[in-house]
Amino acid sequence: MNNTHIKIATKDLNLFYGDNHAVKNINIRIEEKNVTALIGPSGCGKSTFLKTLNRMNDLIPYVRITGDVYFEDLDVYKDYDIVELRKRIGMVFQKPNPFPMSIYDNVAYGPRIHGIKAKETLDEIVKNSLEKAALWEEVKDRLKQNALGLSGGQQQRLCIARVLAVEPEVILMDEPTSALDPLATLKIEDLVHELRNNYTIIIVTHNMQQAARISDQTAFFLHGEIVEYGATEKIFRVPEDKRTEDYITGRFG
Amino acid sequence: MKQRRIKEIIQKSFIWLCTFITVAALAWIVIYIIANGFEHLNLDFIFSEYKGGKNGILPMILSTVYVAFLSVIIATPIGIGAALYLVEYAKPGKLLYLVRFATETLAGIPSIIYGLFGFIFFVTILKFSFSLLSGALTLSIMVLPTVIRTTEEALKCVPVSYREGSLALGATKFQTIRGVVLPSAIPGILTAVILSIGRIVGETAAVYLTAGMVTRFPDSIMDSGRTLSVHLYVLAKEGISFEEAFATATILIITVALINLATNKAAGRLKRRYEP
Repeated sequence: MNNTHIKIATKDLNLFYGDNHAVKNINIRIEEKNVTALIGPSGCGKSTFLKTLNRMNDLIPYVRITGDVYFEDLDVYKDYDIVELRKRIGMVFQKPNPFPMSIYDNVAYGPRIHGIKAKETLDEIVKNSLEKAALWEEVKDRLKQNALGLSGGQQQRLCIARVLAVEPEVILMDEPTSALDPLATLKIEDLVHELRNNYTIIIVTHNMQQAARISDQTAFFLHGEIVEYGATEKIFRVPEDKRTEDYITGRFG
Repeated sequence: MKQRRIKEIIQKSFIWLCTFITVAALAWIVIYIIANGFEHLNLDFIFSEYKGGKNGILPMILSTVYVAFLSVIIATPIGIGAALYLVEYAKPGKLLYLVRFATETLAGIPSIIYGLFGFIFFVTILKFSFSLLSGALTLSIMVLPTVIRTTEEALKCVPVSYREGSLALGATKFQTIRGVVLPSAIPGILTAVILSIGRIVGETAAVYLTAGMVTRFPDSIMDSGRTLSVHLYVLAKEGISFEEAFATATILIITVALINLATNKAAGRLKRRYEP
């Protein structure tokens, strides 16, 4: 981890849903322009943790958060305007959630809410974003068609394009392929591989092969805690903790 | 086995009978009115005034359209605003409970009470006198609960994932509502408008206490006027002419049917825009 820039760091981060202590004492430093995978069994708090980074948990009542999250050395919960924060930390959800409008309008939605009106600029952004999301060739002739008519995999790539259109620095992905077939999954994985050159990506996944294939760093979550965090290769080859080993070899989870 | 099958047949016939009675009653009313009204319908009746020996209903048709249009224009934005508050902004608690209770109670109040209120408040205190405006204001309060409830349901049906997607892009709550939530809820909101128009066009008590009963052409919304339903009521009650009453009823039914058809078409078109 030498000479690398730390993009996101947390300090003693805890999250409670009412009485349920869902995320426990997380201290993690996430490197810039890297893919960090969060793995662990269902209900281990990895998705919940992910959502603390762009404050999506703010939407849920009865959530209490203690500790700090730093993004570029500023406190996510104190120093940022939430609009600015979410513009810089984009998110792709588990189930593709394109808006019920045209493909073009989906991608242009973000830039538009951030004040871009000129048609040429929007056209440019839409084309660029769709190209980066490896979707342009498939949809360039039907940009005006409803996005809900796309296949699941295309919808998810559209959602990625939608995030790219607001030029974020970090992209959070919450099990982005769990609702997709293997071929569509592969395309998303290739895409993540491409994007890591320019973006910091944090991806929650159930699929351990996926984590091994696409990530540089891996954090193993269990019961709301990080059991082990380090280079993906090391985690999968020579895990330090017995529980990590048991999980990645498929003994539970 | 046999007994169970007989039971099944009896249950089925009963349900079928209920459906038949519902449809038959509706069909009977419509057919009876149109059969009686149709022979008295002619262009002169529809397109002439109600004076100087003429008994046309054009002034009433115009008054009805004015009142319906005005009421919807007033009630829809207010209703949508209130529904947005209730669904998107209000925190669960006493206040929300109170507002819900108020709208539900308003929905159950007989229309004559609205009429009385309109008569005292809009006609007398605000000095709008008997006018289409007074009528429309009164009716818009009357249909508000319907608009609010129907819009609320439509808003609740908008998937959370749309809101999440928008907020995660850095949209504010208001931008999310305007950009994603409201457009997805439009078909439901149009249903609210249809229901409201139906109630407005069919209303008598609340209208004749506020908009008056004059049969002249309304020149402006400050003029008094008589809607089709009120006209029908007067014709039948004063025993002026049952032929005219039936003819008016026929026009009323056709008007309501046309309005519903048009709004349904609009809703269908919007729905297609938001669905694959």
